[in-house]
Amino acid sequence: MVKLADDEKAMLDGKGGPAKQKAMELLVKYADALNCERFVDTNNIAGVPGSSTLFLKDYYKDFNGGNYEAIFSLFDLDSDQVVPVPKVTAYSCHLQGGVDPKEWDTLGKSREVFEHQQEDEAAVADHGIQVMKTCTPYLAGNVPVKGEHCAWMESSAVVFCNSVIGGRTNTEGRESTSAAMLTGKIPDWGFHRDDYRRGTHAIEVKVPIESMLDWGMLGYFTGYAVEENIPVITGVTYQPNLIRHKHFGAAAASSGGVELYHMVGITPEAPSREVAFGGNKPVETIAYGPAERRKTYEMLNSVGTDENVDFVMLGCPHASIEQIWEVANLLEGKKISPSTKLWLFTSRSVKSMADTNGYTKTIRAAGGTVLTDTCSAIGLAVPKGTKVVALDSAKQTHYLPAMMGIEAWFGTTKDCIDAALTGHWHGELR
Amino acid sequence: MSVEAPPRNDVIVLHGRKVTPGVAEGEALVTHQTISGWGGINSMTGTVIETRHELKGVSFKDKILVFPGAKGSSGWSGAFHTTRLSKTAPKAMLFTVMTTKIALGAVVMRIPTMTDFDRDPLAVIETGDWVKVDADRGIVEVTKKGRG
Repeated sequence: MVKLADDEKAMLDGKGGPAKQKAMELLVKYADALNCERFVDTNNIAGVPGSSTLFLKDYYKDFNGGNYEAIFSLFDLDSDQVVPVPKVTAYSCHLQGGVDPKEWDTLGKSREVFEHQQEDEAAVADHGIQVMKTCTPYLAGNVPVKGEHCAWMESSAVVFCNSVIGGRTNTEGRESTSAAMLTGKIPDWGFHRDDYRRGTHAIEVKVPIESMLDWGMLGYFTGYAVEENIPVITGVTYQPNLIRHKHFGAAAASSGGVELYHMVGITPEAPSREVAFGGNKPVETIAYGPAERRKTYEMLNSVGTDENVDFVMLGCPHASIEQIWEVANLLEGKKISPSTKLWLFTSRSVKSMADTNGYTKTIRAAGGTVLTDTCSAIGLAVPKGTKVVALDSAKQTHYLPAMMGIEAWFGTTKDCIDAALTGHWHGELR
Repeated sequence: MSVEAPPRNDVIVLHGRKVTPGVAEGEALVTHQTISGWGGINSMTGTVIETRHELKGVSFKDKILVFPGAKGSSGWSGAFHTTRLSKTAPKAMLFTVMTTKIALGAVVMRIPTMTDFDRDPLAVIETGDWVKVDADRGIVEVTKKGRG
């Protein structure tokens, strides 16, 4: 049984009001399920509080018409009664949502969905939650520091926070993050604790890994190889930048459940192999050489047979300004094939920079669209009639074909832009 | 790990730790692969949809789901929480690897769930076996299929 500090006990006893009480009840059940003995204070929470699909709204229609408070109470806090939801007391942000507020019709969404989302967003802001609407909060103003206890959702953001920054978060869920926003508490389990952060599996890289494509593939391979364990990667000869870490981590978190990786000489908790393992003996040592690289590429391209590409989707996880700059450069003065659509997803914050720099205009002039808030997988949105998509993200390739019943090609950003311009897939492993 | 076939009508008993309370019984659905929630299942139908999963297209509705645990998106709890609303949830879960995803998912699905067993449930239980889960007492009783 979890042991409660005085402030936690007071909330559980209802002294902070019914919403904090329900939140604490949920967190206690969660901590007990984990067999965790205490909570840790957190003041950096990223979730999707109170967000609702039309299914949820309809399901809870007999409770205040399925409004924000009803969904926050009944779904997020798993309460059997609707309780008044106060403003949050811990620093909290809302991650990606379901629809771009300016381009909802491009995404094929109805006015009903758009208006519903606008209501949700107003309620999020009213509750003091930052409306970031992105899977990359670290590119939109929420950058934790090393050692900071966070409670984040979004597996690609979690792995970035733990591995690249040295922040501390488990992969939280919607219910636990919403409860943490009200209480500032999260179970002190897993990645909050030193001993849990030590490496378990060795990944020995035997091929040069430079391009974003290669980082995505190495991540995808690593996730399959170690599942939910903690890989220590050695043999990296090229310093990865932010977008390479972003794609590596997102892929490893999708094919497996990687929440923390150590890259010897590169990430903050891995000055050496010894420190990264922290006394653990590697459970397994796995090599990534040319054969593994080839196999990973083929695995990611196993759901593509038709070389006519009708859709190109970029920006999973949400594109950084560097990526948008690259896409704008590749598209400048060119026209996308009339049979192909190109969507690039990013955060509102990064898009405003792309607007300022003229990239949004360049991409639009070529026939592409820069979109915010969501992505094809999260928003279940592809252009009408899409049969074959081209992607530069291993994560999106993992999810989108299964979710939408379409074929997919995986390649470099350049391969994808080429497919958009010609309507055909010419990608190959180089 | 090899398991000796039990005598006819015999019941195999496993002891484990309660993750979430309750008692349930039903037919086992066993997979040696972890399951993704969001993007890995269809919450409306209660089926696995992941491209290369050995349970692709198979429904876990009303089954005793026996698996290593959760992987993938942080939407795990939300996706499985939704199966409770759409009445496609499993009756109980038995798993071997603890993660925050499955712990939170078990809480909000409100189904009996156990882990930390004295014997590996993935070695003992096969799809189609009849399984009684008493999470409150920490006991699982398995009747091999065709033997009950």
